[in-house]
Amino acid sequence: MTNLEQSTTERPAILDEVKPAELPRRELVANNRSFGWITDIICGIVEQKTPTWWWVCFIISGFIATFTGMGLLYLVSTGVGVWGLKNPFGWGWAIVNFVFWIGIGHAGTLISAILCLLRQKWRTSINRAAEAMTIFAVMCAGIFPLFHVGRVWFAWWLFPLPNSNSIWPNFRSPLEWDVFAVSTYFTVSLLFWYMGMIPDLATIRDRAKSKIRKIAYGVLALGWRGSNRHWSNYEMAYLLLAGLSTPLVLSVHTIVSFDFAAANLPGWHTTIFPPYFVAGAIFSGFGMVLTLLLPLRAIYGLHDLITQYHIDCMCKIVLATGSMVGYAYAMEFFIAWYGANPYEGFAFVNRAFGPYAWAYWIMISCNVISPHLFWFKKIRENTWFVWIVSIIVNVGMWFERFVITVTSLANDYLPSSWDYFSPTIVDIFTFFGTFGFFSVLFLLFLRFLPLMAFAEIKAVSPQADPHKH
Amino acid sequence: MTKEFGQMALFDTPADIFHAAEKVRDAGFKKWDVFTPFPIHGMDDAMGLKRSRVPLFTLIGGIIGFFTGMFIAWYMGEYDYNLIVGGKPYFSPIFTFPVAYEMTILLAAFGTFFGMFITNMLPQHYHSAMNYKNWPQITDDKFALMIESKDSKYDKEKVKELLREIGGKEIEEIEE
Repeated sequence: MTNLEQSTTERPAILDEVKPAELPRRELVANNRSFGWITDIICGIVEQKTPTWWWVCFIISGFIATFTGMGLLYLVSTGVGVWGLKNPFGWGWAIVNFVFWIGIGHAGTLISAILCLLRQKWRTSINRAAEAMTIFAVMCAGIFPLFHVGRVWFAWWLFPLPNSNSIWPNFRSPLEWDVFAVSTYFTVSLLFWYMGMIPDLATIRDRAKSKIRKIAYGVLALGWRGSNRHWSNYEMAYLLLAGLSTPLVLSVHTIVSFDFAAANLPGWHTTIFPPYFVAGAIFSGFGMVLTLLLPLRAIYGLHDLITQYHIDCMCKIVLATGSMVGYAYAMEFFIAWYGANPYEGFAFVNRAFGPYAWAYWIMISCNVISPHLFWFKKIRENTWFVWIVSIIVNVGMWFERFVITVTSLANDYLPSSWDYFSPTIVDIFTFFGTFGFFSVLFLLFLRFLPLMAFAEIKAVSPQADPHKH
Repeated sequence: MTKEFGQMALFDTPADIFHAAEKVRDAGFKKWDVFTPFPIHGMDDAMGLKRSRVPLFTLIGGIIGFFTGMFIAWYMGEYDYNLIVGGKPYFSPIFTFPVAYEMTILLAAFGTFFGMFITNMLPQHYHSAMNYKNWPQITDDKFALMIESKDSKYDKEKVKELLREIGGKEIEEIEE
């Protein structure tokens, strides 16, 4: 008891005996870089002459994007049947790709919102690019359900707008919830991204030499002048948007999972879906963040801003969420057995050993086995290795959505309606093209907007502390 | 000669501007401001600012959003055109909840976003502070403090003296 009483007043004596190790906080900006250096390197990306590699990548991406254009043109002029959709597969690649892309977006919001609330300051180097990734991924995702409705010119019926039939959307359907969830997610992510960019746009405006740049960035910066009376409201608004985006990001993939879980189909009708989908989304999203940022770090020499510590943190999140996904796969099997429902039991045995076993085992090896390589420090420090694993993660997550969507639909209650799903060339073209569409948008972002939130990076660098002398 | 807006001084480090702000606050000025390339931790207290009013806009947005979501689902499903789908009720707060939830977040986010602009009186196409000769550095790596001539305690010479005393450099009169 005496020890407890002492501890409230003075340093416990035990600490002198055991000598706890001094664990200094990792510096988020390496090599003691000055504020000016940070401004120069990030603004330099926007101000330099367009590099040749940028044009090469831009032209290739633009060409790949035309595959989506052609695929959609053919689909609209012919009908959704060209997507390989027939009974019993109402949802083929279209929904697989939708869930895949929307999942990728989630890491951006996790980094910008949840890590902000948890005061994880390492987020500042990667949040801007990750938020841009979110917005572009949601745009890619939106293409699929939009055209999956069949008559895309009536897609506005999804929204509660008055139409000549006087019929309103059906609010009892999870698909209608999804319309609200995804459009809210896109809008709020865009507001958050833009608001975060205003101080950085003001810096680019003040550095601009040509008149066109001055006007363009002047308009975008909305007259921001770094006044502390403004920062006070700005920081409050930023915190509130982070607070709003956190329940939002969790709800979006939850509602996406309701599209499946609210149906009565074996393999879909499970309560584990919402948390399992959210973990999977963050897992794939961090994979994509690593895929995008590691090459940029090498090209632009950003090693002092995206340090090994940042890569470690991201790898650990991939490891943690990958383990959650692995747990969910195991738990699904357990519940299928424990629930003693023969249809449910069959759905899972069929997934692992049925006609789609190849897809199932690709999913398991990419999602459950590969992230566990990140337990090893040597692997986390090998940038090439991390980059390759990050791509494997996304391949695995695409297969997860394929396994969930297709196996349950292919073999449901009635064996007479069973069939084997194969995508058509139009499916493949449309999906392949979205990678080009995504890259075009990301390259434009790289060229014209600040890649990193440098106002925030300056605020977390060691010399920003007003009490340090 | 154009009208004078105030006087501005430059500082090199966050610590300098922080302590300078404390002294200006203690000298009792009301119409003055600090310009920094990033938010400095604790500066709101050093300037004696009150808590931001942005949360009020968020709250109003959120409340409007929630009731809008519930209302449209009730109006469309129960009141205007009721249609039996899957034997479910025309309206129930349970299945409407996801829609109302998303609407809450959407309008609360709009409230926050526009609340930030309203409380800051932005966008603004011109502000006198940008006439300062060292302005481009303020959004890069330097810090500035400005005391406006509209302040009731403003006296040209005394303010200049105060700015020098608290460590300000490059002191300049800003034109309106």
